[in-house]
Amino acid sequence: MNTLKRLLGFVWLLTGPAILVYLLMEASKKIALPTSTSNDVLQWSIIIGIFCPIALGFMLFGYYSLKGEYDLDPEFHPK
Amino acid sequence: MSSKQKYTQGIWSVITASSVGTLIEWYDFYIFGSLATIIASQFFPEDKGSSALLSTLAIFAAGFIVRPFGALVFGRLGDMVGRKYTFLLTLVLMGGSTFCIGLIPGYKSIGVAAPLLVLLLRLIQGLALGGEYGGAATYVAEHAPIERRGFFTSWIQTTATLGLFVSLGIILTTRNTLGVEAFNEWGWRIPFLVSSLLVIVSIYIRMKMEESPLFTKLKKEGKTSSNPLKESFTKKDNLKMVLLALFGAVMGQGVIWYTGQFYAQSFIENVCKIDFAQSRTILLWAIAFATPFFVFFGGLSDKVGRKWIMMLGMLLGILSYRSIYQYFLDHSSDKNKTEIVAQTTVERKATLIESSGDSLVKTITLRHFTDGAHFKETVTDTFYVAKASLGVKPLKKMEKVLGDGDYWMFIFLVFFQVLLVTMVYGPIAAFLVELFPTKIRYTSMSLPYHIGNGVFGGLVPFISTLIIEYTKTAENPAGTPLAGLWYPMAVATVCLIIGSLYLSNEVDHNVRDDENVYIHPHHDNHHA
Repeated sequence: MNTLKRLLGFVWLLTGPAILVYLLMEASKKIALPTSTSNDVLQWSIIIGIFCPIALGFMLFGYYSLKGEYDLDPEFHPK
Repeated sequence: MSSKQKYTQGIWSVITASSVGTLIEWYDFYIFGSLATIIASQFFPEDKGSSALLSTLAIFAAGFIVRPFGALVFGRLGDMVGRKYTFLLTLVLMGGSTFCIGLIPGYKSIGVAAPLLVLLLRLIQGLALGGEYGGAATYVAEHAPIERRGFFTSWIQTTATLGLFVSLGIILTTRNTLGVEAFNEWGWRIPFLVSSLLVIVSIYIRMKMEESPLFTKLKKEGKTSSNPLKESFTKKDNLKMVLLALFGAVMGQGVIWYTGQFYAQSFIENVCKIDFAQSRTILLWAIAFATPFFVFFGGLSDKVGRKWIMMLGMLLGILSYRSIYQYFLDHSSDKNKTEIVAQTTVERKATLIESSGDSLVKTITLRHFTDGAHFKETVTDTFYVAKASLGVKPLKKMEKVLGDGDYWMFIFLVFFQVLLVTMVYGPIAAFLVELFPTKIRYTSMSLPYHIGNGVFGGLVPFISTLIIEYTKTAENPAGTPLAGLWYPMAVATVCLIIGSLYLSNEVDHNVRDDENVYIHPHHDNHHA
């Protein structure tokens, strides 16, 4: 279980920047559309502004997970 | 009176005082959302100038985005000054700003000051709500016996749903009493003004309450935190728990909640085109039947643990959403219904616009179906004198009223979604309280709660609608209505994986208050 958690930590660590890149690409694509308005720019700015710190938090969660901070302590969970 | 009787009486007073205030805060928060369309027409201009930007900010984002900031500001205050005075302050701020929204003159009277004032008051509402919930949950949990924390805090959990119930009830009653026209013109202000009466009663009740016993003990011993923000978010042992609470429980809980209660209503009204009153009564019935389950699952979590009840709620949501919303689509469409053609009526009315010589033609078609449903389509078209004006699309409005069978099935399916809400939301207050020590609890639990609910959950209607918009193409102008469900399903799936693997199902009875105890997410401290 601990190995799985640490491996997944790596996944979470990579997911954070992946989400950010995806959002930035989507935003630039949608804003570039000829039909886009100033509201589109505002909405995407808000979405990116909100999810940036969350993605960073997710990376940190992944980092802690990778480092074994969430490992089960065998002393308290004997088989 | 025995000490046990006194204690029981005491805990119920605590729950009543906390719940009434929290219910009113939710009521205040929801009436703004439920009346968003009317508010937009009253306070914002119809053109697309700078005020239109403000309207987007105010209605879409402001109330939700500032909730985590409210959690930080009032959480800090609550951990330093005390729970009682902090959530008394949030109540005053929420009630005051709601009352003031009901008094602001419209855009036609004071121009751009109107949307600016609404935005400001909406920000205060969001801040106040951000501070309220953590205080109420902490306050009740710190009074409750440790083995029944889930049961007692679940009463606080009912308030969010009951707040929506009361807000819908008052809005519908006012609208039905005054009539649609008067309600849209000035009657919408009444639900805002009514809030002040509720707040006064609640303040009176809360003033008579005493400070939480655990906080009082800490204060006497001089062990309160001098900087809860720093302790919560710069100490690794606490920060990792904040992150775990957010990604392993609250973000999934938030999307399940907002999908079941808000996106469901929005979908039924805007995508299925069910009429205003029926779409609201569907939600009202569903909430009425489901609300007792908050307490049921809260109590159950004391016996079997919090984790798996919440995870099961998320799993069922992920598995069932697409089928439920597909049912909504299929049974609100005329494709699966048999029309009683003999009863179809078409009413056409033309009005001459004297200034231009053009004519406004309104055609109302009413179709009846064998299952008792009837669909009303209103098409408003302008016939121009000048040929150059031809080609403007007519305005179409569809209002569908379901037959009894489908109506009750819709209620059942929304009830099922709210039942999932009770599974994820009933135990969450006790779960969060038990993750953090008393001295930084208000701050530490409020932030993940409001990011999970205010941001992940609060943005469900907006992001889901945005996804549907992006599926619209020239070949498929209606888009893919179920595409919007991918957002809550994806968030809930990630949360389910993290929660299932990383969270413990054990209940921490000591709530990590002994500083010498090793802080660990996976076992009770009394083992340590």
